Amino acid sequence: MKRLVLIVLLLASPALAVQPDEILDDPALEARARDLSTGLRCLVCRNESIDESNAELARDLRILLRERLVAGDTDQEAVDFIVARYGEYVLLKPTTSGANILLWLAGPAMLLIAGAVGFAFVSKRARSQKADTADRLTKEEQDRLRQILED
Amino acid sequence: MAQAFCGLYIQRMITELGHFALILAFLVAIVQSVVPLIGAAKRWTGWMAFAEPAAISQFLLTAFSFAALVWAFTTSDFSLRIVVENSHSLKPMLYKVSGTWGNHEGSMLLWVLIVTIFGAMAAVFGGGLPPTLKARVLAIQGAIGVAFFAFILFTSNPFDRLAVPPFDGRDLNPLLQDPGLAFHPPFLYLGYVGLSMAFSFAVAALIEGRVDAAWGRWVRPWTLAAWVFLTIGIALGSWWAYYELGWGGFWFWDPVENASFMPWLLAAALLHSAIVVEKREALKSWTILLAIIAFGFSLIGTFIVRSGLLTSVHAFANDPERGVFILLIMVVFIGGALTLFAARAQAMEAKGVFGMVSRESALILNNVLLAVSCFVVFFGTMWPMVAEMAFDRKLSVGPPFFNAAFTPFMVALGIALPVGAMLPWKRGRLGRAAWSLRYAFILAVALAVLVWVMQTGRSALGPIGLFLGAWITFGALVDLWSRTGRSGSIARLFRLPGADWGKAVAHTGLGVTMFAVAGLTAWEVEDIRVAQPGQPFEVGQFTLTLQDVRRVQGPNYYSTMADIGVRKNGQEITTLHPEKREYPVAQMPTTEAAIDYRFLRDLYVVIGDQQSDGGWVVRTYIKPLANWIWAGCILMALGGALSLSDRRFRVAAGAQKSSKSGVPAE
Repeated sequence: MKRLVLIVLLLASPALAVQPDEILDDPALEARARDLSTGLRCLVCRNESIDESNAELARDLRILLRERLVAGDTDQEAVDFIVARYGEYVLLKPTTSGANILLWLAGPAMLLIAGAVGFAFVSKRARSQKADTADRLTKEEQDRLRQILED
Repeated sequence: MAQAFCGLYIQRMITELGHFALILAFLVAIVQSVVPLIGAAKRWTGWMAFAEPAAISQFLLTAFSFAALVWAFTTSDFSLRIVVENSHSLKPMLYKVSGTWGNHEGSMLLWVLIVTIFGAMAAVFGGGLPPTLKARVLAIQGAIGVAFFAFILFTSNPFDRLAVPPFDGRDLNPLLQDPGLAFHPPFLYLGYVGLSMAFSFAVAALIEGRVDAAWGRWVRPWTLAAWVFLTIGIALGSWWAYYELGWGGFWFWDPVENASFMPWLLAAALLHSAIVVEKREALKSWTILLAIIAFGFSLIGTFIVRSGLLTSVHAFANDPERGVFILLIMVVFIGGALTLFAARAQAMEAKGVFGMVSRESALILNNVLLAVSCFVVFFGTMWPMVAEMAFDRKLSVGPPFFNAAFTPFMVALGIALPVGAMLPWKRGRLGRAAWSLRYAFILAVALAVLVWVMQTGRSALGPIGLFLGAWITFGALVDLWSRTGRSGSIARLFRLPGADWGKAVAHTGLGVTMFAVAGLTAWEVEDIRVAQPGQPFEVGQFTLTLQDVRRVQGPNYYSTMADIGVRKNGQEITTLHPEKREYPVAQMPTTEAAIDYRFLRDLYVVIGDQQSDGGWVVRTYIKPLANWIWAGCILMALGGALSLSDRRFRVAAGAQKSSKSGVPAE
């Protein structure tokens, strides 16, 4: 059931992901392009990067990205160029701007809260254990216990 | 002629009986969800005892109904709408059967069938349960059944007829015509629905107002079973994606995948916290809450997959009926259970006391990490929808986010696990536990450093994964060894209870999977090229030659199949046959990767299009440790099964029966 929607969308183009004719001659530049394209979304697909996608549009974006890199853009400039055209929807890794900060902080904040609650719970238990052991056996009882054991 | 007519008549008759049985099961479920509850409240034995035959007959009726649907698929009864939409008379038998649940209506019928299977199992094997608890558990299980029977009958009836049956069907989506995926949904549903038992036990305990060690012992086998099934289901889905989608990805953080992963994380947390309830009578209210939320995530998962909300808000708005119905089920069950929890949780007094450093607190750490990591996955999955509705921003949350936000929790879990597993109950000393693991630690570090030096200059991910995997695995061995009293006696090793073995095996499985995921990600080799027939090319230590490309006809598809010879050190090791298929009825192409499975690596070859110069696009991947990912999952599932086989679960049930503690005081 996974990703069927996306695959149905791709019916027209049975070509596969990165094609040999797209690959740049400069391996360093190509490596950068591959790295960047795993973070860019294929716009007509479901949750798939342009690096993996078979769609025509993904191919166009891959070629566009490579053109920018060949033209001398930095990684950031090349990505900004694509975001300016297609919107932040294209970024698989959301930025930290505006409300997105909530997304990035949700995990760490929850960890702090859960950690604090867990710690408070455990230390309360540990304290009650100390209290528990303290009043479990009085001096008198210990004497009796010793007596019983000796008998 | 008369015979053919008669056959057709019987076929239609069976389908109609299946529909009728489904309606009857719905009615039985309604009675089952009411009568035993009243019986338990009034202490009327007869009314309570009604739950058992009701649960069993509900199961039999649903099973008959499901069998009738399978029958309709296998005999290609094209008067049924879903058979027309998802089957074809030429389809192989296995996929005719699996086509039954390869669609919305049939899969919901499978869902509710599993609800009734679990209910019937609780009725049959729950002999040791106090009668009121048993009656309440079965009543709540019945209520879950009611909700889903109503959902099926009113919004998604699999027995819908077509007035004019067509001559043949439209075929099942070819990507689903695959043995891995044929069994993926049943296992996943066994897991999702297995959690409904934990939920029913939790709500029944809240109504009873009593949670004790025995409750922990009763709820744990169901949770374990659910977790084992979820593990297998997720592994099957991931394995299918690996070989079927054509580039060897195994996990995509797709909303649909996350929907199955979140209950898995929570079930893992739940089966650990239930140990604390069982052994130490602590963490009771947390465990109850976790049981409710875990089933809540099963419902959320069903909602996500069935409503189409996360695919597109518009798809949901166009056909909101089903989505709203499931949402309603979710609100009633989870909202109701949480309200009950809020009212009753205070009554659950914890008994066991324990120190800051103890097995109990280690298991609390386990629960914190698993629950928060589940929260991260949930937040990331829902965020695009929230951002669109609340902030009018259309954005994506994809694998780079999840890899960055989720992985640290698993690393922390991996580091803490062996130490926590060695700590004694009540009170331990960190130094002593760590000291007993010194050799495991040194060995794991040594292995990681060795590999790091050997790989020169690649990412540190591989060595880190190796360290974690080795640390967890050796830690599990040390744990087993110390359980035999450090004697190393083989006889004692094999006399250890199933739970000890299960723990060691499942933890090892987690380590193996962690190592494999890191290793595959870090050390994969990829080659994309236009290969000319007869001209060898090198990928890693392999020499590949495209020998021939042929046209082949399958039962319901045409295929372009390549023969690619693979040599290593001048020796022919195998010939691979990657394919491109077209399914004319479904009008869909697929790629069939050819994979040479080996212990340490897979060689994964995909054939693409023919180029104008006569060459073919060939993609070759060397995927180290690929099989280890699923081997780790199998180990985890096996560990769960071993734990489930522990005789103490059965002894506990028997002991309860013989002591006849009967009606609990309230």
